Amino acid sequence: MTTTLPAYDEVVARFEPVIGLETHVELGTNTKMFCGCPTDFGGEPNTRVCPVCLGLPGSLPVANKAAIEAIIRIGLALNCSIAEWCRFARKNYFYPDMPKNFQISQYDEPICVDGYLDVEVGGETVRIEIERVHLEEDTGKTLHVGGATGRIHGATESLVDYNRAGIPLVEIVTKPITGTGALAPEVAKAYVAELRDVIRTLGVSDVRMEEGSLRCDVNTSLNLPGAEWGTRTETKNVNSLRSVERAVRSEMLRQASVLDVGGRITQETRHFHEDTGDTTPGRSKETATDYRYFPEPDLVPIAPDPAWVAELKAALPELPRVHRRRLQEQWGLSDLDMQSVLNAGAVELIEATVAAGTTPAAARKWWLGELSRRANESGVELAEIGATPAQVAELQGLVDAGKLNDKMARTVLEGVVDGEGSPTEIMTSRGLEVVSDTGALTAAVDEAIAANPAIADKIRSGKVAAVGALVGAVMKTTRGQADAKTLRELILQRLGVQG
Amino acid sequence: MSEMTGMSDFTRMTATEIASLVAGGETSAVEVTQAHLDRIAAVDDRVHAFLHVDTEGALAAARAVDERRAAGEVLGPLAGVPVAVKDVLATRGVPTTVGSKILEGWRPPYDATIVQRLREAGTVMLGKTNMDEFAMGSSTEYSAYGPTHNPWDLSRIPGGSGGGSAAALAAYEAPLAIGSDTGGSIRQPGAVTGTVGAKPTYGGTSRYGLVAFSSSLDTPGPCARNVLDAALLHQVIGGHDPMDSTSIPQPVPDVVAAARLGATGDLTGVRLGIVSEFVGEGAEPGVMAAFRESVDALTKMGADVVEVSCPTFAYALPAYYLIAPSECSSNLARFDGVRFGLRVGDDGNRSLEEVMSLTREAGFGPEVKRRIMIGTYALSSGYYDAYYGQAQKVRTLITRDFNAAFERVDALISPTTPSVAFPMGARTADPYQMYLADLYTIPTNLYGGPGISVPCGLSEGLPVGLQVMAPTMADDRMYRVAAALESAVGTFTPPAL
Repeated sequence: MTTTLPAYDEVVARFEPVIGLETHVELGTNTKMFCGCPTDFGGEPNTRVCPVCLGLPGSLPVANKAAIEAIIRIGLALNCSIAEWCRFARKNYFYPDMPKNFQISQYDEPICVDGYLDVEVGGETVRIEIERVHLEEDTGKTLHVGGATGRIHGATESLVDYNRAGIPLVEIVTKPITGTGALAPEVAKAYVAELRDVIRTLGVSDVRMEEGSLRCDVNTSLNLPGAEWGTRTETKNVNSLRSVERAVRSEMLRQASVLDVGGRITQETRHFHEDTGDTTPGRSKETATDYRYFPEPDLVPIAPDPAWVAELKAALPELPRVHRRRLQEQWGLSDLDMQSVLNAGAVELIEATVAAGTTPAAARKWWLGELSRRANESGVELAEIGATPAQVAELQGLVDAGKLNDKMARTVLEGVVDGEGSPTEIMTSRGLEVVSDTGALTAAVDEAIAANPAIADKIRSGKVAAVGALVGAVMKTTRGQADAKTLRELILQRLGVQG
Repeated sequence: MSEMTGMSDFTRMTATEIASLVAGGETSAVEVTQAHLDRIAAVDDRVHAFLHVDTEGALAAARAVDERRAAGEVLGPLAGVPVAVKDVLATRGVPTTVGSKILEGWRPPYDATIVQRLREAGTVMLGKTNMDEFAMGSSTEYSAYGPTHNPWDLSRIPGGSGGGSAAALAAYEAPLAIGSDTGGSIRQPGAVTGTVGAKPTYGGTSRYGLVAFSSSLDTPGPCARNVLDAALLHQVIGGHDPMDSTSIPQPVPDVVAAARLGATGDLTGVRLGIVSEFVGEGAEPGVMAAFRESVDALTKMGADVVEVSCPTFAYALPAYYLIAPSECSSNLARFDGVRFGLRVGDDGNRSLEEVMSLTREAGFGPEVKRRIMIGTYALSSGYYDAYYGQAQKVRTLITRDFNAAFERVDALISPTTPSVAFPMGARTADPYQMYLADLYTIPTNLYGGPGISVPCGLSEGLPVGLQVMAPTMADDRMYRVAAALESAVGTFTPPAL
């Protein structure tokens, strides 16, 4: 079906979007949620399993205290109330990657409720209200083999790997987010980014979207101004920050195109496709399974001691928003400059580079300049560019020591990004170093003057601008390893001309 | 067939006697084990108490005990004593079917905590005993592998679901057995086979490795031919298990000392309450007669016996038949043919969903299917509050009745079951009649406290049991009362097989 999509500006002029996000975060505990199996990513299939996470008859779950501590810290960081008493519940449905054919989750008694997270979008603060944060176990993974696509269609066999089954999973659900208008896609992205930063700061998960340790489902609906909320769709498989933004935008456009011709939005799950940037329908929610939730009788209720919760709250680290404000002040940046640092995802990188001994200005220059350009070109996140804050600090140290000039430093940085080694190693291996020995430089200058008598005469006669030709000649013989400014002064001095 | 009844017949001894002979070097665990294996070989084709006899494993375990004794190790109080284990408990490498076709051939890769404790205690596991499929039933007729016969009268049921364990004791195939009690599955078979069956406090014995029927009710416990043996077994298997979240982190009450105290026949100062609701017209006259005589005996030993009304107990059966099926509908979902057990229809052309359906269709028997359907319905959106939610409220009220009663008395007593062993086939066509067999035992499960059935007499030649119910974690009280009654009425021996 090909439909001409309306322009985004038109859509937001006519409709009001309501969005909502459900985010799953795999906790980085050492062991699984209800057994002692390790949680490391990867591993040969079905090697990190035991009777409990395989759901063998007779096995019983025992809740992981570290996971409960982690979710309480997440809840506190998201300004939630922590339940004094709550229970796990069974969510019943048949699926082969779910060993017991029910998932231990939480239903009407989540451990954290009613919080919020403030995010910055376009210089404005948007408060995202959090409905609930609850704890559950992850499922295994089904692999379909024998087909061309890796999907179930056309596959000859389906294999299940239960290594992931039972890894603790935190689900964070927002309340419906209204009133964001044209900014809805950006708000969605900013929320997930902020949430990721908060959780990373807490150190409870590595929150890597590409490895699935942070997964996001996006709910979207459109309504006419003043009208009731529209029917929502839930978009799954949104695996990067950029995709969060694109998924909301794409779904807004699609829904508008349906509503514009008098159509009706089906309440359904849709799948986002990274390649095309659009969504396609999954299973319909209108025929949704009845999960027959009931309190998990194999586990005792969770009743965290209020004194313990208070301790955890007092021990929370400085959260990203507060932290950023402090950095902005320390670095002396305007709101606009800080925003560009944030947009580039460079806060932590600059902070670490400064911590390694570089001035904030120099650190910012490298990360937002050369390195951001390279990251954009290769389509990777800045943090994954291949240069570390320590290496950038080392590079700047070489510049400050007068060993590299700006142009050489950029060449060295390219080598760093390409994985050739540390800045010092690359400087040596590529033979790049500012010639600071004035004796050798003077000899090179004298040689250039002797070889270019006509130019030398021009300069002597007052045409100082001609010095550039001699600078170029010396640079050529020294293979660029001279500081241009020093060189210019030296040439004029040897010719007895005032600069 | 001639029967050995002399002093050298280990199968007629109590567990205490056997352990003492083994510890003293007067016999070997191997000899004792072989005697029981021989007895099984001689009678079990008629009784069918066992689903699997682990001859090699039993003899190896017995040899290990003999070696430890020879090496001068001090053995535990039940070392060298054979034990039969209900097929509901996972036994490493030994088939575990739960009486169901759906687990036929499954050999668990792990031991249930109780099985591990039995091994550590030096008991010798003879094999796995028959049961109603997934412990759902009161006659063992719902076993997918054929019924067990009551040694008192082979044409009658041995009770259920743990009819195999109870029959193994009554047929002298084992001196000790393990059962599990969700609504009476230890106590009711104990009553109708003239043996002792104790349901410990919920959480007092570990459920880890017990194939779940109803998680909030299932309680594994000891079965024996006398109260002291049951207490000794209780002591060995009981106590906190970190693998079971619902396990109580407290030591086992001293049930052995309580049984010894009770055996002195003195109940002075003990207050007993007869549950008014359970001595009405529901029980058979013969059962009531034996019960009344036992009450007289208890009174003579010094007990202060009164009647206590527990009006909400009338709602226990319907509440149970919502809670247990609800939990079972979820617990039994894992039997889908994907990871273990039976798989039907996997011919390369059928979808996974079809294979799951065909497997469950073929693997579960009618009673299991009935309860899965009832439970699925009761938990459904829109019905939850009216059924499961309401049943949980009833459960709370029943607990209140127990708590109120235990403010007045130390323990409650009643007949264990309204009737003696009924003829095989008499109730299979009428599930409700079958369910009534557990009428007196179910309230204890809903409350979570301990209950024990002890033989108290005969009615028309068939055993009658008396039930003692105590407050949670006061298991010792019921052993004291049961042992006192046993000292007064004696034990009961079935006719020779």
